[in-house]
Amino acid sequence: MTMDVRIHGRGGQGVVTAAELLSLAAFDQGLHAQALPSFGSERTGAPVVSFCRIDEHPIRAHDPLDAPDVIVVQDPTLLSGPGVLAGLADDGVVVVNSARTPQELAHAGLHLRDGQRAVCIPASELARELLGRPLPNTALVGALVGLTGVVGLPALHKAIEQRFTTASDDVLAANLQLASDAYAQVQERERDDA
Amino acid sequence: MRRQVEGSKAVAETVARCRPAVVAAYPISPQTHIVERLSELVTAGELDSCEYLMVESEFGALSACIGASAAGGRTYTATASQGLLFMAEALPNASGLGLPIVMTVANRAIGAPINIWNDHSDALSQRDAGWLQLFASSNQEAVDLHVQAFALAERLSLPVMVCMDGFVLTHAMEEIDIPEQDEVDAFLPEFRPRQWLDPDHPVTIGAMVGPDAFTEVKYLMAQRQLRALDTVDQVAAEFRGVFDRDSGGLLRPYRTEDADVVLVVMGSVWGTAADAVDQLRKDDIRAGVLGVTCYRPWPSGELHDALLGVPTVVVVNRALALGSGGVLGQDVRVTAPAGTEVREVVMGLGGRPVARSGLVDLVIDVLDGWEPAGVLDFRDLDEAVAHHELAKEEAQP
Repeated sequence: MTMDVRIHGRGGQGVVTAAELLSLAAFDQGLHAQALPSFGSERTGAPVVSFCRIDEHPIRAHDPLDAPDVIVVQDPTLLSGPGVLAGLADDGVVVVNSARTPQELAHAGLHLRDGQRAVCIPASELARELLGRPLPNTALVGALVGLTGVVGLPALHKAIEQRFTTASDDVLAANLQLASDAYAQVQERERDDA
Repeated sequence: MRRQVEGSKAVAETVARCRPAVVAAYPISPQTHIVERLSELVTAGELDSCEYLMVESEFGALSACIGASAAGGRTYTATASQGLLFMAEALPNASGLGLPIVMTVANRAIGAPINIWNDHSDALSQRDAGWLQLFASSNQEAVDLHVQAFALAERLSLPVMVCMDGFVLTHAMEEIDIPEQDEVDAFLPEFRPRQWLDPDHPVTIGAMVGPDAFTEVKYLMAQRQLRALDTVDQVAAEFRGVFDRDSGGLLRPYRTEDADVVLVVMGSVWGTAADAVDQLRKDDIRAGVLGVTCYRPWPSGELHDALLGVPTVVVVNRALALGSGGVLGQDVRVTAPAGTEVREVVMGLGGRPVARSGLVDLVIDVLDGWEPAGVLDFRDLDEAVAHHELAKEEAQP
């Protein structure tokens, strides 16, 4: 089993943290994982990319992922930019932070080939409600986990607790809830689609 | 214990377990997380009797380390890029005075143009400073090399740079087995300096040496560097005995025995290259990779022997000797056995990724008869842009 994930977002949205959370959860489940940042810029608001490799075998490589199985888009306005969907596997999945549907995002640049699919989750709205700030990363990782089953929700919760050690109890609780809610939303939708 | 942890954090915690008496450093990307974490550990009281010095610059950091080490303390610093260049004046003093300082270099390009990303031009610009230079192929090796570096430095009375790729390793979160305190204590004895500055027993360290003896002092320094090769090997073997894993040493060969083409690399490209080799071997292409772990002193004999019978070697240069060629390539050229053809490429400057696909294509092209363009073939060049600009420059009167 291997799963390669690429995360696109903007500086300040927790793009690197999202990759780290996923790697922590995978490690907790006995898998090997690597979270890699790609610091195109350290400015708030500038496009940022991170990567997460998950593998049942030890990982040696340190190059960026050019053929991801999953692409997470933390800001849908990035879809119109170059390279966001580049290299997506033939049966790959895109998780988009949006209250709209994938069909509605076609004009924004969400173009997929047959066999690939997209799932939208209103992560910023969920976060604004629970956290008071539109930080979409924990909800998006929750959705990714719900969609792929690569790790369990308890492992993700544990990862959030490990990574957010300096956060207040309220912020930690809100992030745990965000992951659970997004996880539940996509699972419910998958059941409805089945 | 194995943990999923950022490379910088793992290095900082490992350095802490080596019980430095003095840490003096100035923050610079991509080294910053290491010294930040160390300052947190000192503030939290987790480093007994360690003095963390706030300094005004990298020059100040290394100067403070030189003083601390001469006074007999185990001493550590970390830097990168222009920060290492700002230390340049003091680097040969540390080695010439025989001070066993350990320094992490979070490898980063040097400017101009300013660039914060990874290549090897910072460390390789200081290759002749008399420091040992060890390059980590992974975060596990980076952590392990720090434990070995203190042992090496103190046994040899020489300073050691542990080079780890900036961002690619420093900012990667991976599974790392951070050596336990009792294991480090068992491996690394308490530092007993050969001589130290002590007001009660005055000695001179760093006296002027004139033409009557300077050559002899330099001769002894040169001999000491070469003798260090054996110690590097020996310390790696002892490390294996205590920690039960292969880290450090002089070279890191992978599937080179029957190879038609061997890539010679340094740093974290090793793992990517090993994956490329496995992919090529599935297609019956006999490729191998040779990682250079110990760059200074240069392991000529070992490298020569490792390449015996290899028809073609391709050196992946991640630093330039402007006006001449590649830095690593020149060392390999003078060392390779007579029957081995040495080719060189430049890849991965200033953070341009060295991808597995790029290395696979490189090996296939070499076997298909591709010839590099002179000694400085920029393999991952955007040729359209570069040639257009070059033509404009050449057209100017």
